[in-house]
Amino acid sequence: MTTFDQPAIQAQHLVRRFGTFTAVNDVSFRVEKGEIFGFLGPNGSGKTTVIKMLTGLLPLTAGEATVQGIDVRTDAESVRENIGYMSQNFSLYTDLTVTENLKFYGRIYGLPEDRLRQRLDEIVQLNGLGPYLNRLAAQLSGGWKQRLALGCAMLHEPKLIFLDEPTAGIDPVARRQLWDLLFELSAHGITFFVTTHYMDEAERCSHVAYIYFGKVIADGTPDALRELPEVNPPGTYRVEISAPHVTSALRVARTIPGVRGATIFGQSIHAQIDDDLGLEHLRAQLKEHNLVVAEIRPLAPSLEDVFVELTYRHQAMQENGAKEGTHA
Amino acid sequence: MLNPFRGFGAVFYKETLHVRRDFATLFFSLIIPILQMFLLGFGIDTNIRQINTAVYNADGRRESRELLDRLRNSDTFHIYRFVNNDKDLNDAIISGKCRVGIKIPVDYSDKLLHGMSAQVLVLIDGSDSSVAGQAINVTTAIGLDESLRRVLSSSDAAFAVEMRPKILFNPDSRSPNFFLPGLTAVLLLNVTTFLTAFSIVREKERGTLEQLFVTPVRPMGLLLGKLLPYLGIGFFELCMIVFAMRFIFSVPIHGSVILLAFLSLPYIFVSLSLGILISSKATSQAHAMQLAFLTILPSIFFSGYIFPRETMPKIFYFISYFVPATYFINITRGIILRGAGWTHLWIDALALFLMGSLLLVIAARRFHNKVITA
Repeated sequence: MTTFDQPAIQAQHLVRRFGTFTAVNDVSFRVEKGEIFGFLGPNGSGKTTVIKMLTGLLPLTAGEATVQGIDVRTDAESVRENIGYMSQNFSLYTDLTVTENLKFYGRIYGLPEDRLRQRLDEIVQLNGLGPYLNRLAAQLSGGWKQRLALGCAMLHEPKLIFLDEPTAGIDPVARRQLWDLLFELSAHGITFFVTTHYMDEAERCSHVAYIYFGKVIADGTPDALRELPEVNPPGTYRVEISAPHVTSALRVARTIPGVRGATIFGQSIHAQIDDDLGLEHLRAQLKEHNLVVAEIRPLAPSLEDVFVELTYRHQAMQENGAKEGTHA
Repeated sequence: MLNPFRGFGAVFYKETLHVRRDFATLFFSLIIPILQMFLLGFGIDTNIRQINTAVYNADGRRESRELLDRLRNSDTFHIYRFVNNDKDLNDAIISGKCRVGIKIPVDYSDKLLHGMSAQVLVLIDGSDSSVAGQAINVTTAIGLDESLRRVLSSSDAAFAVEMRPKILFNPDSRSPNFFLPGLTAVLLLNVTTFLTAFSIVREKERGTLEQLFVTPVRPMGLLLGKLLPYLGIGFFELCMIVFAMRFIFSVPIHGSVILLAFLSLPYIFVSLSLGILISSKATSQAHAMQLAFLTILPSIFFSGYIFPRETMPKIFYFISYFVPATYFINITRGIILRGAGWTHLWIDALALFLMGSLLLVIAARRFHNKVITA
């Protein structure tokens, strides 16, 4: 029924309108089996709407999508049998114990009793829930709630799991542990569709798409995105300037001709610089303004840089489009 | 392949766990109706007895005292105080201390002895219509009776017509007998509608409902799984109420208790479906609470529980046909007071069952649409 090169998700020209508002505007992407697909975008950009469309909760206004080879428009029921879903607030029954939560979801998917018991053991082992089996979900910490929620989402052995902001509001240790778990599961051939706000999480994904007001404006591996020509315009390069007084350094840096964009990043400045302005020349210029500069070194763009740059370009294009629209 | 009840077993399992975990809520939702029952059962007496009465006896002779004794013996009047002038008689009523004022004029005995018509003034406080009605009826009856006795004693004639009323059911007109069967309907509605509405709205608030919709569970499986545990609780509540009614309030049950239990099921089913319908609309528990009250009010006022349906304006009478409690009160009063059987009541049960099914289907559709368009 499924062929090897069939993608886990194939979305083509997805459109979703609510009245006159277009929440998702011609979105296409393809998620291969075994990928950890990071779906990023600001709040209200359409991330959750896309998930709802792919899980059969929202009909498509236009376009088509297959999930695990099943058409979501005609057979949402089968799609739901074959996916796992974990929502932002974990959606656990806090007055039930860990075991009871797991059993409930197992029964929802109609697992026979002996199979259910077997899967319970596997999940408990994999997610390390052993010590907490008889504890009420309400008494678990955020990280453990999330592991339990993930467990509930994968009891029926789905090959594709949607995680809607799985790490929002979780402490950093639990966050890292969850990602370790995701990598381990991914090695077992499970595909993950993850939405997140955290850029460091985006860097961990094997495939990233960025959605901005209903449009996908970036799609590729993190490395491929970093090398996009739009992000690295010919004739420029990026540097990191470390300085004791970052804010005054930033003010000065912005006045130097040849510095295109500069922002503070912790104790340093990330700047995009014309090739003509050599590193030594830049250092000399900063010195002229009586600034102490600890270090200047070249820097590859981060994913955040990529998304910021692409968002600017997209906004500029839209404004131009709107102007042309009014002329016409 | 498409089982419309998919997920029923799982939801049923989970819901019984919720109920067991939250024992306090269960306890209070079961015990509060019983408390209400005690308040109403012991506290309310619709029979009007011992109306506080002020008397201005200007005559004071034997005939006038005999009249007062007759009034007293009717059990309707309680002579609260004697006054000595018209003003005090008036004030006794205005101050609310007495509902009725009786003035026997100074020439009362003289007129009777001379075979003339003697007038007695009866002042009645009209601010409570049932008290006023009772006072009028009883004083008029006593007046007539007194007159007839005097007329008849002077001749050999007998009563031409004698009415012999016989009250078939509830012959002592005991209030609990009348009130409690109706109250059963209102109390059951309270418990069941609130419990189901809350149980679903809680899932909305927690976000677990959205999670459920991404699983293969079907709306009907979800709703029935939620409904059945509460059907059990509602049924248990009914048994407690009937038990208390029979053994604490000594209301005789003339019909079959088994039939009563059986016919309560469609009623509980309706009120649970109503709760589910409410939960499909409500966004928070507070919202659900308001909507539930909105459904309970018509059940109290239009069902015949307090006010007889027959005296309602046409429009309200018509509305009362759409109030489930109307049918169930007919069932409870029928079985408990009149000893009615299946042949008298099957139509009410059928009406309830149809209402419940309709509500449930509407609720399921609403949930389905909500998922698809939210």
